[in-house]
Amino acid sequence: MYIIVVGAGKVGWNLARELLEKDHEVTLIENNRRRYLTVEQELEHNVSYGDASELWVLERAGIQRADMVIAVTGDDEDNMLICQVAKQKYEVGQIIARVNNPRNRQHFDLLGVKPSVSATDLILRLLEHEVPEYGLVHLLDLQEEQLEIIEMLLGSDSAVTGRRVGDLQMPEGSLLISVLRAGKGFVPTADTVLEEGDEVLAVLDPGKEDELKDLFGPESNGSSSA
Amino acid sequence: MLILIVGCGRVGSSVARAMLREGNEVSCLDEDPESHARLEVGLEKSWEDLGGQFTVGAGLETEALEAAGIERADAFIASTDGDNTNIIIAQIAQKRYEVPTVIARVLDPLRAEWYQRQGLHTVCPTSVAIDMLEDAVRKGAGSSNDGAAEAV
Repeated sequence: MYIIVVGAGKVGWNLARELLEKDHEVTLIENNRRRYLTVEQELEHNVSYGDASELWVLERAGIQRADMVIAVTGDDEDNMLICQVAKQKYEVGQIIARVNNPRNRQHFDLLGVKPSVSATDLILRLLEHEVPEYGLVHLLDLQEEQLEIIEMLLGSDSAVTGRRVGDLQMPEGSLLISVLRAGKGFVPTADTVLEEGDEVLAVLDPGKEDELKDLFGPESNGSSSA
Repeated sequence: MLILIVGCGRVGSSVARAMLREGNEVSCLDEDPESHARLEVGLEKSWEDLGGQFTVGAGLETEALEAAGIERADAFIASTDGDNTNIIIAQIAQKRYEVPTVIARVLDPLRAEWYQRQGLHTVCPTSVAIDMLEDAVRKGAGSSNDGAAEAV
């Protein structure tokens, strides 16, 4: 594959090196002269000097025959523009954009720049997974399909421990698909009784997380669980 | 008519003053609080006293755009010092907030031309400068050559 990587910061440089090792053809474009000269000592002719938001710089790098463009500069506007131009003007088959500020992701989506990757979001997801008190963990987001799968750990104060699955008022657009208990997973039936320490997996429409949290989370209104 | 101007440098501030003078409602958004002083150059009263609005913030921040009134803006001008920023925020104004008139200042003629063809109204000062310089050179050459160049 011929891949153009824009931005020779830590992400771009390492990415270019990995892709070269996997025998892809790579051009890394960097617009800071000093950074370019540093990276060029290692990657040699695979690095090109210039501002990749200038169309002629992209054309000089051979964007017309590129299979993929990856924009990982530290500037979200630049990443959005480069990917938009790559996709719409040069009809590059695959683009990947880096989101520096997660709050800008909505703009990437608005302009059709997908997929986009945000290191901050990835670390937040990991944090959610590693810190169980966080409650609800996203396991999978299928953005196009409008579906997600989440995992919840039932604490001792969960409102559903000791209750039958068949008695739960699951919110519309959600489905309990699996229970992990003592390291083993099984598909619950209506008669399954939930226990403290169970991890339950549910598939749901986006935006239903809060309703599920309310259902599976700690009992809030002081009603006795005895 | 409410005109929102993002990027209040020499160009943005001049356009803002002219639009206000013509009786429009004008709101400016700029990252740099100091830009407010530039707005008031040559004015006898403060920008706010004359009815203008000024918000500090970046054009990519939806909160800042909304505080500056983008949801009821009739026209949006992107005139920051970054071509890519102008192109991106102009598209946000167009697609997300559906502002009726959206104009982006783009210095690079190639980007200006391509985005223009995609339906974004771009103004390219560089192209204007190129045309003017070419004309000036031709006229200069023409006058010294006694009109010979005009015949070409």
